Amino acid sequence: MGRYILNRLFVSLITAWVLVTLVFFLIRLLPGDPFLSEKVTPEIKANMMKYYGLDKPIHIQYATFLGNLLKGDFGYSLRYKNRTVNEVINQAFPYSADLGIRAVIFAAIAGVTLGIIAALNRNRSWDYLSMFIAIVGVSVPSFVIGPLLQYVFATKLKLLPVSQWKGFAYTIMPTFALSLHSLALMARLMRASMLDVVNQDYIKTAKAKGLSPFQIIWKHQIRNAILPVVTVLGPVTATLLTGTFVVEQIFAIPGLGKFYILGIQNLDYSLVLGMTTFYGLFLIAANFVVDIIYGLVDPRIRLAR
Amino acid sequence: MERLLEVKDLEVSFRTYAGEIKAVRGVSFHVDRGETVAIVGESGCGKTVTVQTIMRLIPMPPGFIKNGSIIFDGKDIAKLSEKEMEHVRGSEMSMVFQDPMTSLNPTMRVGAQIAESLIKHQKMPPKQARERAIEMLKLVGIPNAEKRVDQYPHEFSGGMRQRAMIAIALACSPKLLIADEPTTALDVTIQAQILDLMRDLQKKLNTSIIIITHNLGVVANLAERVLVMYAGKIIERGSLDEIFYNPRHPYTWGLLMSVPTSELDKSKRLASIDGTPPDLFAPPVGCAFAARCEYAMKICYERYPEDFTVGDGHRVACWLMHPMAPEVKPPVGKGVTLS
Repeated sequence: MGRYILNRLFVSLITAWVLVTLVFFLIRLLPGDPFLSEKVTPEIKANMMKYYGLDKPIHIQYATFLGNLLKGDFGYSLRYKNRTVNEVINQAFPYSADLGIRAVIFAAIAGVTLGIIAALNRNRSWDYLSMFIAIVGVSVPSFVIGPLLQYVFATKLKLLPVSQWKGFAYTIMPTFALSLHSLALMARLMRASMLDVVNQDYIKTAKAKGLSPFQIIWKHQIRNAILPVVTVLGPVTATLLTGTFVVEQIFAIPGLGKFYILGIQNLDYSLVLGMTTFYGLFLIAANFVVDIIYGLVDPRIRLAR
Repeated sequence: MERLLEVKDLEVSFRTYAGEIKAVRGVSFHVDRGETVAIVGESGCGKTVTVQTIMRLIPMPPGFIKNGSIIFDGKDIAKLSEKEMEHVRGSEMSMVFQDPMTSLNPTMRVGAQIAESLIKHQKMPPKQARERAIEMLKLVGIPNAEKRVDQYPHEFSGGMRQRAMIAIALACSPKLLIADEPTTALDVTIQAQILDLMRDLQKKLNTSIIIITHNLGVVANLAERVLVMYAGKIIERGSLDEIFYNPRHPYTWGLLMSVPTSELDKSKRLASIDGTPPDLFAPPVGCAFAARCEYAMKICYERYPEDFTVGDGHRVACWLMHPMAPEVKPPVGKGVTLS
């Protein structure tokens, strides 16, 4: 197990380096520069470029960037005056993370449960109901679900607050809107996996031992069926933590999504780079954790070199 | 000897979209305590359905017991509730399946898989069940059992997994062990070891065994009595010697002739039975084998032959046994030796 973890850690570091390097060069390949505005005269622009070190040769910029990165310093934002990228992230990320983690947990628990219910009631009304929810979840985007929820539960029924982020009641609708897609995905995966496992020989062995249906499902079927779901947990965490932008806008949550989009629009090199690096490392870490969980769930993976 | 299992007129069918498949069409046989009975026949002849019905492992629906009774140790299995059946499975009768590579749960330690039925049926505390699992692993000849008990199935070889399967099946000392082609998925040397093991354990534990196989070598090794099945019916039955040295049904001849032996003339092709088994959606009214039988007469197509008794416990369902039938010299039988 120790060797497995070291191996994964090494691969993760390489991935992070490739990611950072690619983004560093790609963002600079975009047409234009951060100070593209009619009000900025060429002299001011030259001054700005010099001030932020953007006039230096690109390999020097890259070296400086990597050096600062190792110290955990993402530099100053080029557009938000006197604010470092670290400050932007520190201030906004907790909101995004809170929402994202709630959504991951909700999607995993509800999705797996829905999939199990569907599989155990195959071709009966519970199955059709679960799969109907799953299809709606996969096909309806969050910018439709969000306003719809607001209209029904906030404006009409007045059960929940319309927007903002001030307590548990505020989190319910955004979490649901954000997680619905992933929830649906996991439900379908879990259902298919359960139906696959139920035909495996070892389920028949378990039955031949005289175990009750509940014991068979709980100890033999679900444990094996959940493996594919654990695999997608990494990418799903990725989608939910980075994909919060739309939901944050709809529910007026002061998260990180807004800064990301504006950063790209404004060619705010250091902000985009900082946030990409941050998200990238975050996702690599998430996948790393999932790999370890996977190894714990499936003993066959642990020995794999 | 005392009767352990008595199957009478068992008929099992499956409802499908295309109609009713009559997989088992009136099978009667018995198994005594401590006895080994082999069921032989080609794929799809109803062997597996018969024994899985005895353990009620057939998915119902689509399967259903159309007729007949299965008296096991005084109880009619066909009439037990699912809850009552749970106490019979694994404790009074148990099963070893064909493919040891897929029959063990890959995410559960082997020891835990053996302990499971002990905890369920004998209400053993987990610690004691683990000790017993180690004993069972030793009993089936797995070296280093103390270490092996905590390993996962993928750390076992194919032969060891089948040994573990046997340990699972025998954990609660069942009265009846059903082995459904237990050696088919193993290579030849391991096959012999597994058969030796089953024979030894049977002597030690006095378990009755029903073994299903299409390998007549396995039959010769293990069984005392043989049932030959074809298209859902038992067409010939008798002691091991009767079936091997005095077979009477043309289908049994076909089976015996298709076994490669050391005395075989190497210049000749190995014999096979031409044709395919009948469609079980609409089985023929007469003998199901008639269409493939080179000795078939008119009556074979019109009426199903009754069982003719030709020796002590040796019964054959074939019109050739009728006093009015022509004399046919069996192409095999006397003097055939099997490896």
